Amino acid sequence: MGRLLSHRLAVPLVIALLVVALSFAMPSNFYYRVAALVWISALAVIGLNLLMGYAGQVSLGHAGFFGIGAYAVAVLPAQFGLHPLVAALLGAFATAALAFLVGRPILRLKGHYLAVATLGFGILIAMTISNEAWLTGGPDGMPVERLTLFGWRVRGADTWYWITGGLLVIGAWIACNLVASPTGRALRALHDSEVAARVAGIDVARAKLTVFVISAVYASVAGSTLALLNGFVTPDKANFLHSIELVTMVVLGGMGSVLGSLAGAAILVVLPQVLTGFHDYEHMILGLIMMVIMIVLRAGIVPSLAALFKGRWKK
Amino acid sequence: MPELLQFCVSGLTVGAVYALVALGFTIIYNASDVVNFAQGEFVMIGGMTTVFATAAGVPLPLAALGAVLVAMVVGLLLHRLAIEPARGASPVTLIIITIGASIFLRGLAQVVFDKQFHSLPAFSGNTPIRFGGAAILPQSFWVLGGAAVIVAVLWAFFNRTLIGKAVLATAANRLAARLVGINTSFVMGLSFVMSAAIGAVAGILVTPITLTSYDVGMLLALKGFAAAMLGGMGNPLGAVVGGLAVGLLEALGAGYISSTYKDAIAFIVILIVLFALPGGLFGKASVERV
Repeated sequence: MGRLLSHRLAVPLVIALLVVALSFAMPSNFYYRVAALVWISALAVIGLNLLMGYAGQVSLGHAGFFGIGAYAVAVLPAQFGLHPLVAALLGAFATAALAFLVGRPILRLKGHYLAVATLGFGILIAMTISNEAWLTGGPDGMPVERLTLFGWRVRGADTWYWITGGLLVIGAWIACNLVASPTGRALRALHDSEVAARVAGIDVARAKLTVFVISAVYASVAGSTLALLNGFVTPDKANFLHSIELVTMVVLGGMGSVLGSLAGAAILVVLPQVLTGFHDYEHMILGLIMMVIMIVLRAGIVPSLAALFKGRWKK
Repeated sequence: MPELLQFCVSGLTVGAVYALVALGFTIIYNASDVVNFAQGEFVMIGGMTTVFATAAGVPLPLAALGAVLVAMVVGLLLHRLAIEPARGASPVTLIIITIGASIFLRGLAQVVFDKQFHSLPAFSGNTPIRFGGAAILPQSFWVLGGAAVIVAVLWAFFNRTLIGKAVLATAANRLAARLVGINTSFVMGLSFVMSAAIGAVAGILVTPITLTSYDVGMLLALKGFAAAMLGGMGNPLGAVVGGLAVGLLEALGAGYISSTYKDAIAFIVILIVLFALPGGLFGKASVERV
């Protein structure tokens, strides 16, 4: 059982089963939509978790990459008449190039200094997006052209549920493969000690840069998908508050756990929807739940619960 | 030239608030390794409580004192109910707890107070003081003077009192401090209470200039955090210099380059400084042990 679960196909399969099983329990379009939002956030969080959980590097600027992806599918079709899919691809390439360029100097920093540098970098992207109104519509945002595939107009919350669910499974599969690869082992080694990893012959700077670029592309793809699903983009998805939200999802669900990324995203996307019924008390309850989860399950939801069950079995 | 002076004064005024928030970060970080993202909420609690107490007819000095006490109680509760139970958890987990606390406090303020912007009357009138061609609000002097007094009191506390030295000892080496009989749990609680008081004072002093509302905390926390890192994490002098520098950069950038990109200018300078000095302005070069 344990060996089966640790296989690198196990986690994507579990997620795929979850996506299929949940589709039978969806009472209305609203639920499909919320689930699609969970899948999209989870995709971005899996990418960030590769950076934070496996390589041990913080980024408080990932919403910037998310924003580039979102605005690529809004701006490029509107300005140059590109197909949204081509635009999303170009957005991912642009994000990768940008992450590659800034990654090398930024990743030399450590710990809280890295957090501030990535925070500043993310704020620069967000400010550019909300200030260059001639291109991006400024703080009001801009509409996104509907996605058409081979003459078929993609619409309906249930369609998007399957598209985003599929993307999530692919994202989880790639992440699990990466973690099991030599690069993944290098990342875990430098997480424990950069000096020790370097002594063992690992090109630390290159390994960090690789995972930074990959995690940025995850955020960009998630951003493009969200923009296409909503049919509208606003700068607040590129904002530092969204960066903090993504980091919170990673830690809440569990660092270094792909399933944890899904759990963290699910909680922070679904909870506010549930809590809107409490009106003014919404934020108090959300904050309280976050604190209690972190105090009780301090390694994050999935790793803490897994450790708990493992302990039970041994007894 | 008068223009430059004007920008410098407004920059230093805002910078003094960032410096106080950064000092709060530093005190808590040194005592407990916690980066407290709820630090900005203390500023909000100070400002909002004073606004509502004065509106209820309490005289300003009494309302301000009450607001500082409220913030101190909140700081103590934050440590006892949220940080202490998670003792030994990883730093990232503790940061997320403080972010949860910050969301909770914002929600609480929204229920106890309201969602409007509020101001306080300036402490000594609104007649600007002419100085070298620049017009300076009297409240600016309150903010700068208040910050200077707090820094002086803190310096005396850490260097002249036994409790202050116990805090420094805890910051230097927690285990050794416990071995010589220092109650480190008390010191950590004390650091939260002190940071809360400093934040609340900053909030009260600056509210007549910048207004306050239930959600001003998060942005202040980020700016204060950036300022603390610019100066070098854990260094009180660095926190003050970093805070003033961030305020000055914003004001000069807004005045001479672009007001829409003023935050960007501050962060570009922070990025350049960190690339050159990865440990901040006053930070020591860190050495990794294997």
